Amino acid sequence: MPARIGVVTFPGTQDDADALRAVRIAGAEPVSLWHRDADLHGVDAIVLPGGFSYGDYLRCGAIARFSPVMESVIAAAHEGMPVLGICNGFQVLCESHLLPGALIRNDGMLFVNRDVRLSVESADTAWTSGYKVGQEILIPIKNGEGKFTADERTLDELEATGRIVARYLDNPNGSARAIAGVANAAGNVVGLMPHPEHAVDELTGPYPGPATDGLAFFTSVLQRLIDSELVTA
Amino acid sequence: MARVVVDVMLKPEILDPQGQAVHRALPRLGFDGVVDVRQGKRFEVELEGEADEAALARVREMAEKLLANTVIEEYRVRVED
Repeated sequence: MPARIGVVTFPGTQDDADALRAVRIAGAEPVSLWHRDADLHGVDAIVLPGGFSYGDYLRCGAIARFSPVMESVIAAAHEGMPVLGICNGFQVLCESHLLPGALIRNDGMLFVNRDVRLSVESADTAWTSGYKVGQEILIPIKNGEGKFTADERTLDELEATGRIVARYLDNPNGSARAIAGVANAAGNVVGLMPHPEHAVDELTGPYPGPATDGLAFFTSVLQRLIDSELVTA
Repeated sequence: MARVVVDVMLKPEILDPQGQAVHRALPRLGFDGVVDVRQGKRFEVELEGEADEAALARVREMAEKLLANTVIEEYRVRVED
């Protein structure tokens, strides 16, 4: 039986269809989850996709954090379930305090919408084990409030404990220390501002490519789930 | 009825791109001598009863939980006369 990966839809979510498609292309069974339904329907991992949950009123991700589904996602994340937050999903994870720091308005106030080159900084998370540390990948970005910020002590701790997942090679939004993604201490929860779900096939991935650099986020978690099943079997 | 105001501002050590953009625009409009601008949010919370200590404690709880993100923002609660 293939692993079941849930993708949450909040009002205002835009990238749920692409995330479901990426899950399917990676070889897992995509499961749609609804923000008002606290039931996780037996999924093995969860993706919080990009968009503008609840219109991003108040702050990005602030209201989504208190949705019924997120109460369940937060509990499951604490128990070790892999959770990937992409863009708005990253903002939701920060607002949920599953990840440190916060995302604020980009430097220069500009909405950034282009392909960016990243350096993968950690292959020890549930979502990045398929990459090599230092590997350069090309992934689209599209955000207005994607500037990662945290106090210096938190940033130092993230560096020291290997929890910076990816860095921008050309920091497009002024993020602290060019951070594009971070993980929690256990490595099961990852937040990422760029969109790997938009770089999973030749037809719709970055052009000129490489077009499928994002796919390994989704195959990494499958490998993690298979490994953990072998351990428990 | 009582009105309680919650002012939310980015912490001083957090750079404020919105405030900076406004700051940069002011000289173009002829407003010189402005050293810095920071932009925040103001919530006006209308309460059913009196703004007594218990009610203010509830408003502070609201601010902690939802109105402010205390990772990057600070807030101040005051009763408006």
